[in-house]
Amino acid sequence: MDKGEYVLDNLINVSSSPHIRSGVTTRRLMLDVIIALIPASAAGIYFFGLRAALLIAVTVASCVLFEYLTRKALKRSNTIGDLSAVVTGLLLALNLPPELPLWMAIIGSFFAIVIVKQLFGGIGQNFLNPALAARAFLVISYGTRMTTWTQPSTYAAADAVSFATPLGALKEGGQLPDLIDMFIGNIGGSTGETSALALIIGGIYLLARGVITWHIPVVYIGTAGLFAWILGRDGLLTGNPLFHVLAGGLMIGAIFMATDYTTSPMTVKGMVIYAAGCGILTILFRMYTNMPEGVSYAILLMNVAVPIIDRFTKPGRFGGAANV
Amino acid sequence: MEKKKKSLGSIFLDGIINQNPAFRLLLGNCPSLAITTLAKNGVGMGLAATFVLVGSNLFISLLRKIIPEKVRIPCFIVVIASFTTIVEMIMAAFLPELDKELGIYIPLIVVNCIIFARAEMFAQKNPPVESFMDGIGMGTGFMIAITIIGSVRELLGSGTWMGIPVTVNLFEPATFFILPPGGFLVMGLLIALFNKVFKVKDPRTIEDKEVGCCAVGCQGCANAANGGETV
Repeated sequence: MDKGEYVLDNLINVSSSPHIRSGVTTRRLMLDVIIALIPASAAGIYFFGLRAALLIAVTVASCVLFEYLTRKALKRSNTIGDLSAVVTGLLLALNLPPELPLWMAIIGSFFAIVIVKQLFGGIGQNFLNPALAARAFLVISYGTRMTTWTQPSTYAAADAVSFATPLGALKEGGQLPDLIDMFIGNIGGSTGETSALALIIGGIYLLARGVITWHIPVVYIGTAGLFAWILGRDGLLTGNPLFHVLAGGLMIGAIFMATDYTTSPMTVKGMVIYAAGCGILTILFRMYTNMPEGVSYAILLMNVAVPIIDRFTKPGRFGGAANV
Repeated sequence: MEKKKKSLGSIFLDGIINQNPAFRLLLGNCPSLAITTLAKNGVGMGLAATFVLVGSNLFISLLRKIIPEKVRIPCFIVVIASFTTIVEMIMAAFLPELDKELGIYIPLIVVNCIIFARAEMFAQKNPPVESFMDGIGMGTGFMIAITIIGSVRELLGSGTWMGIPVTVNLFEPATFFILPPGGFLVMGLLIALFNKVFKVKDPRTIEDKEVGCCAVGCQGCANAANGGETV
């Protein structure tokens, strides 16, 4: 094993698997994710105005720049061509409040790309989802700014400074928004998380292209809904699953963040365990902590558990013992 | 382990660079992570630990011929605890503010891995002068390391250095760095930088068994299993 890598081209040597290659490249996969995120980005810009577009542009540009500079500084090959930095930047922007100061967003990009991704070896090596880790970093560092939400521009009152998200209203006891508004995205929240409709369109595209399988999003959302119903505020089995599924970052988390290849399990069994864990943790965080939202921490915690999940769900070898 | 006798200077330098307790041996992680939210805590903790380390090294070295092998650990603890008590009382009397800041971590010097490790690996095998020098080198190395960690965390997390405002008025400091995850992150990055600057070889290829082994304390044991490298 440690005698060096065998290359497939060198036919004299027996190479390690995989032997079958498909034409799918990292670049193509990332391009698909970007295409799938277009509806959510558009919804964010529609509801929160041009400031959201500026935020997206800044995080994407800074992520690509940091990726380029780190690879250069570490004397590694240039990887901005695989578009993974663009995806990270886009996801980061969609997870930030639309009015966040731009320099904070740039610090977030730095944390995502340099600390979480490149210092651990670049694409495929990070143990946390870079965009989510950067979001968590910003929430811890700049708590007030990261929880200052703006109301969608579709509302009549102009330029309200702060505005409660549905989950914030639930926690603090305010007017809960209409479920239809929550589905379309006409609510307060992070730039790209509000519109369940746009996110589902993106998710269907990813499924159709075969970029993701249905297991993680469906099990995640299903478990979260189930536990939201079981652990309702007015006693067991009284919760409103639809509200919890549509509120906060659950949709974007389940479709785009939890399905990140590097930080999710490899087998179907593993994916189900991982997604169920994400769902349960999300609801526990929402119900029993002082934070209104728990999707990002739930996914990060399960990211860390992925190596263990992979270890215990490793399939038996072909021809090996039936029960391992 | 019969080796060429080391000069006092190289014993001192070993403590600062080759065997820096915080960055190379990864001993005493508990204080290096917990109290380094401010640079001045690093200096205070470093001085306190150095005092205990020098005192215990010297006395254990002097007593090395009469301490029975089987009960050496309790004997070490008695010596170390005496010096820790002295430090604790001096700090409470003359530096009450720092004492309050460091809190439980001053009494906890008793179980500090560095001090045990040096007693076990150096002082009980070497004459007093060398042991004294080893204590000074290790203590200085530890102090420098945790002061650097403290400086970085204070600068990024509070925007000040040694209590003097530096960048606090320019931009909002990132609270992350004065919280526990920031401690781990800064320490990890500094270890990487330290290895890069001093061209440290991969620890897995170093045969020296002296590195990364500790009589008591979980960090020491966990690290010893990994050849002195963090997991």
